[in-house]
Amino acid sequence: MVEKREIVVIGLNHETAPVEVRERLAFASEDTPKVLETMRQEPCVDEIVLFSTCNRVEFLLATKDVSKAVETIKDFLAEFKKTPRSTFEQALYVHNGDEAVRHIFRVASSLDSMVVGEAQILGQIKESYREACNHKTCGVILNRLMHRSFSVAKRVRTETGIGDHAVSISYAAVELGRKIFGELERKAVLLIGAGEMAELAVEHLVTNHAGPIFVANRTFERGLEIAERFRGTAIRFEEIPDHLKQVDIVISSTGAPDYILRHSDFKGVMRARKNRPLFLIDIAVPRDIDPEINRITNVYVYDIDDLKSAIEENIEERRHEACRGERIADGAVVRFRRWFQSLDVVPTIIALREKIEEIRQAELKKTFASLAWASEEDRAAIDRLTGALVKKILHDPTLFLKQSEHEDKKSLHVDVTRRMFNLDEKD
Amino acid sequence: MSVLFVLTMACYIASSLGYQGYVLFQKRPVYRVASILLWVGFLCHTGVIALQYFKAGHVPVQNLHEALSTFGWAVVGVFLILQIKFHLMVLGALVAPLATLCVVIASILPGPPVELDPLFKSLWVTVHVGTLIVGNAAFAIAFLVGILYLIQEQAIKEKKRGFFFRRLPSLKLLDSMGYSCLIAGFPMLTFGVITGVIYAQMVRGRFWSWDPKEIFAGITWLVFAALLHERLAVGWQGRRAAIMTIVGFVILVFTFFLRFLG
Repeated sequence: MVEKREIVVIGLNHETAPVEVRERLAFASEDTPKVLETMRQEPCVDEIVLFSTCNRVEFLLATKDVSKAVETIKDFLAEFKKTPRSTFEQALYVHNGDEAVRHIFRVASSLDSMVVGEAQILGQIKESYREACNHKTCGVILNRLMHRSFSVAKRVRTETGIGDHAVSISYAAVELGRKIFGELERKAVLLIGAGEMAELAVEHLVTNHAGPIFVANRTFERGLEIAERFRGTAIRFEEIPDHLKQVDIVISSTGAPDYILRHSDFKGVMRARKNRPLFLIDIAVPRDIDPEINRITNVYVYDIDDLKSAIEENIEERRHEACRGERIADGAVVRFRRWFQSLDVVPTIIALREKIEEIRQAELKKTFASLAWASEEDRAAIDRLTGALVKKILHDPTLFLKQSEHEDKKSLHVDVTRRMFNLDEKD
Repeated sequence: MSVLFVLTMACYIASSLGYQGYVLFQKRPVYRVASILLWVGFLCHTGVIALQYFKAGHVPVQNLHEALSTFGWAVVGVFLILQIKFHLMVLGALVAPLATLCVVIASILPGPPVELDPLFKSLWVTVHVGTLIVGNAAFAIAFLVGILYLIQEQAIKEKKRGFFFRRLPSLKLLDSMGYSCLIAGFPMLTFGVITGVIYAQMVRGRFWSWDPKEIFAGITWLVFAALLHERLAVGWQGRRAAIMTIVGFVILVFTFFLRFLG
């Protein structure tokens, strides 16, 4: 019994789930193989890709049984993450069919991102897809869908100005860093404190080849944890002034009520650095870095407001461009639907053949039972006869289905055929 | 004024306008046209100088007219060479007008005198003034880059992300370009000063005679020597280096005019 497969997205993102939930459900890259292998064993999951970034955890599936697949995923999440379903069930969304396709296109094009237009997401999606391919969990449907989503993302990026202007703190930091240092390659970064925004900024610097990374935290263990994530070095708080001599970019984000870096900390620092420029980014409120430090030659201090004002004008611009991006995604959804529906013809034909074959076999069995005197040769002849009959009868309907020239008619014909032969009966 | 010289001037002027247009509108084709015009102007200018050389038998730097023209040529030449490495497109908007200014002023000044001071016919002079001119051109570029550096540095320091912030390159690029100019210019300046001193000995019988030209030439050399030393030994870079380059060039220009007008 071949049933129609459906595309389903089940997951949560920054809009539906707070960070506490997201970080509990996020999969590390080394977990992904385990997840994919487990899912491959599930009979209700035909194809699967797993996306897990800091802003979203999503499963993209092709399945014949949507509700069962959704339940399977929920059970799996609860079990794998050792988290009761109640903690995340509220945050989960499920999209099927066109909605799922649109969702994937929007995610890949960064229209669904926390920071609309950020470029990282496409790389992350591609990586997830590569992982799925490595474990052979992608079939004809998701292969096609993923490749479509890459080209949609590319179109959105090139045809709209969605990625033109820096709109996030970390982008603004990278843009400014480039204006100061030219290339960020091999620029040492010191992260003081912790926090989502600061860590995102560091991550962004790392993707632009900055490094090595140093992390200073009041609790050394926490610092170690963060440093490990960026393959950096944890240092003690007291070592900060010493490290000012060798790092190029400092990102500070602590909850301290007073300044962490004072003007006096810079005595002798610039001379020791041979006057190499130093870029200080203060994300903390209240501020960590004394603004007076900005007056030191070749030192540039930017606080959160400076960065925000730098990006505010760009946000409006992007919103406008995002509308154009949505239109491109909508068009791509329609085109994908056409392809997807054309795909249904083949399973329908297979289902039709299987059904008739089933009938033939059943009837043969009955007939042979009453024809006890028939020789082996006779039986073979009857078998051949009925086989040829079925083949000849099915020839024209098969051709008819395959050759339906109009897309809408095609799905209609598929639909009629399925109902006429009762192919969707549940057993 | 020769046809070639007029052509040079026309190309430089058009190229200057083109570069300004590029800075304003950021259109790549405009830049390309401006760049081609500067090349054509430079080739014409090379022709002018070559003709002068063959006619007179020495590098045309005997009076302010010739010196300015040759200096303008050298500035464009150094700029075009630097473009191969740095691709600092915005810089053309300052270099082309400077070259234009040089040739336009040169065009109003009287041409070379018929009779030449026999003192100037020596090969020493040709080498002495020739290297100085090219060295000065490198410093001129360093000066322009220094100005761009200060503009961009100010924009970043004051957090004003306006017109210049978008159009100017990174501080790093500007700084290393200024440094390259200094590295190229300083040996030439040094060589020029040494040949000058030797020449003075040959002609006047004294290496150093404390006349204002010499004093200022010495000061110029000291300023650039100090800058180079600070850059190499102490690691001076950025704002202070840019300011010092600008100061050095201003003294250099003063010396230049002292030489021809004094």
